[in-house]
Amino acid sequence: MPPGHRPGHHRRGRGDSSSHPSGDRILVLPGEELPSQGLKPGTGTYRVGGKLYASVLGLLSPRPPFLSVVPLSGRYIPKAGDTVIGTVTDCQTTFWLLDIGAPRWAPLHVTGSPWKVEVGETDRYLHVGDAVVVRVESLEATGRIGVTMLGEGLGKLEDGTIVTVSPARIPRVVGRNGSMIQTITSHTGAQVAVGQNGRIWIGGSPEAIQRAREALEMIEEHGQRAGLSDRVESYLVSTDTTDDRGPTRPTAETAHRDAIPHELPPPAETEGDLEAEPPETNDEDY
Amino acid sequence: MGSVGAKDVPVLLSPEGLRIDGRRLDELRPIRIQAGPLHQADGSAFVEWGANKVMAAVYGPREVHPRHLQQNNKAVIQCKYNMAAFSVDERKRPGLDRRSQEISKVIAEAFESVVFAEEFPRTSIDVYIEVLQANAGTRCAGLVAASVALADAGIPMVDLLPAVAVGKVAGQIALDLKKEEDNFGEADLPMALVPQSGRLVLLQMEGHMTPEELSQSLDLGVTGCRAIYEKMKQALRDRYTTARLPAEGP
Amino acid sequence: MTGAVAAEILTTHILDLAAAGKRLDGRGPDDYRPVTIEPGFVVTADGSALVRVGETVVVAGVKLEPGKPFPDTPNAGVLTTNAELVPLSSPTFEPGPPQPGAIEVSRVVDRAIRAAEAIDLTRLCVTPGEKTWVCYVDIHVLDHSGNLIDAAMLAGIAALAHATVPAKRFELAEADYPLEVQHFPVECTFVRLGDSIVVDPSFEEEQAAQGRLTVATDELGRVVAMQKGLVGAFSPDDVRDVVRRALAHGERLRKMVQGGKA
Repeated sequence: MPPGHRPGHHRRGRGDSSSHPSGDRILVLPGEELPSQGLKPGTGTYRVGGKLYASVLGLLSPRPPFLSVVPLSGRYIPKAGDTVIGTVTDCQTTFWLLDIGAPRWAPLHVTGSPWKVEVGETDRYLHVGDAVVVRVESLEATGRIGVTMLGEGLGKLEDGTIVTVSPARIPRVVGRNGSMIQTITSHTGAQVAVGQNGRIWIGGSPEAIQRAREALEMIEEHGQRAGLSDRVESYLVSTDTTDDRGPTRPTAETAHRDAIPHELPPPAETEGDLEAEPPETNDEDY
Repeated sequence: MGSVGAKDVPVLLSPEGLRIDGRRLDELRPIRIQAGPLHQADGSAFVEWGANKVMAAVYGPREVHPRHLQQNNKAVIQCKYNMAAFSVDERKRPGLDRRSQEISKVIAEAFESVVFAEEFPRTSIDVYIEVLQANAGTRCAGLVAASVALADAGIPMVDLLPAVAVGKVAGQIALDLKKEEDNFGEADLPMALVPQSGRLVLLQMEGHMTPEELSQSLDLGVTGCRAIYEKMKQALRDRYTTARLPAEGP
Repeated sequence: MTGAVAAEILTTHILDLAAAGKRLDGRGPDDYRPVTIEPGFVVTADGSALVRVGETVVVAGVKLEPGKPFPDTPNAGVLTTNAELVPLSSPTFEPGPPQPGAIEVSRVVDRAIRAAEAIDLTRLCVTPGEKTWVCYVDIHVLDHSGNLIDAAMLAGIAALAHATVPAKRFELAEADYPLEVQHFPVECTFVRLGDSIVVDPSFEEEQAAQGRLTVATDELGRVVAMQKGLVGAFSPDDVRDVVRRALAHGERLRKMVQGGKA
């Protein structure tokens, strides 16, 4: 991972207002002609007859040399490098299928896991309903979303709970340079891990979880309004009944590290050493 | 007039040129559109159009079920138009009927013409339209609701799809027929417009018209669609614009 | 489309909260979500109501039309209840023929209406053995956020309570007249979350539930129908406690149904 980048806080188009120049953002609708000013069509736009039009409902985002529209709604659209939280929906012979809230399920191949998994033994390590933190590695033209669980901060989530917000809100949840997450964790004592797909893991005491959850619901509902950080902060301060001022680690994106699995029981002895092969791309549906 | 066919045919057009509900020939019924009323759906819209009440929801893009319908290079767009049993004067038996299947097909095809489906291979974009109260023009109301729901769901498209039916009552071309006009009128022509290109992606006709009347109907319909388009955009703006969108950061 | 798989840690969290007497949305074990009832929502129906229970939204429409009585009950009208769990209302519903869940909701609501004798079916009879009113109660789910049974029942009984028999339109009388509803059943559903039994489950609570118990009561304080659902068990004492709570909630919900009527 390049220096200066932290998981869950990559600079990318999706409503990341910290990369946007000053000035109110303009809401555009599909089919609306955009002031191109010589910029090239970026995501969320299309070009016809030399003119640029919006293709999604979203905020106009000039990002020279491109003009993009950042969606305000809709499912999570994966981007390579995103850290996301998913739920296992199926165990296949050499991979698990994860629901990451994207248009397709994402296959997590056994080679992308920290375990040595024998063919057909995937459900010994992860079963349907398990929640995991993974990173999006590849996006193929077939729509296949390749993910991996190898890496710092990735792995199975053992406790806590998951809150879901619209992916468009994630930049507000994180805040500029992590400031909003910092506000939430320091005022509640909760640990928080933010997935770019709108899934947010919260750990800690029940009270900490409840207050963090309420702060996140506030961001989900009022994320477009000005003065949101003040509102969230004053809510957290007014509901603070604990002395616990939170973890020493300031950035929440890596806070879930504690929840990563410890050693799983080793699999039973088997004949030989079965090494699973990565799938042929034309062999899988995913 | 004798007593045969004792149900009176209503006066569809007064000498002053007013229709059965007091509208002029080129007037739309009152239309109210609400974007995003449902919580479970990825996108939704509720349309009250004259006495029509139609709810639409979009789920997707998502995995295709059944799997064999999957397309390797794009999303499939599946549409299901359905009328609630209590939505019409004579109770409609729940379940598939041929009319609903046909309407579902033409609406799906209209959206296939504008949705950027290639961005989501091997997925399905599911559009559901439920007519809760019907008073003619439900396929147009359903299409309008579904179009707003698609935008609400963040689905990339060329444009929203306003739709309206033009008809002929008492020999005159009229915009947006209501139930009595549809029942006793001489023609019905529903259409859907892509405002960005000025082209039609849904067009059906039933009845009898001269080519001149048809041409007039097309122009009247396009004008009606453009007015509806503004309402659709306003509904979406109302949902997504709040006090002020902040410049940057929280 | 199979339903979204619930994350196990969310289920565990819901159960942990329940053990401490708390719920995901901050409610207590016996707190019902806000309910609104809007009669007359659909004018093409002879009676209708739109009901919200929290974020769950259901519409019911009553339609009456003349028909033939059943041969074995020549003096009685016909009442039939149908609930449509349309795919519009939830990512977990598939298009096609009714799934078991829809059939269960239809039958549970129907049973409560019949057992409570909400409508005196003999009053629907026009000519014994030949002509009777057929009363259809059609329930259409619009947004599924848990507890469809209670919402469907409220919508159905509210639609009946505000229904008009279209006698004039079908030329069976000089004028239309209100449908007479003599009893007002209301359902109240609970789910088990660990040792805690909570009322009016949300969608997430239904997914985490270890058993569901629905009790229908009427304005006379009678229990008129019960249904145990999902996978799990209730002791007789659990049932007694649930019945007691269902009577209390039923009273309150029934007032909302009857609100606006003399």
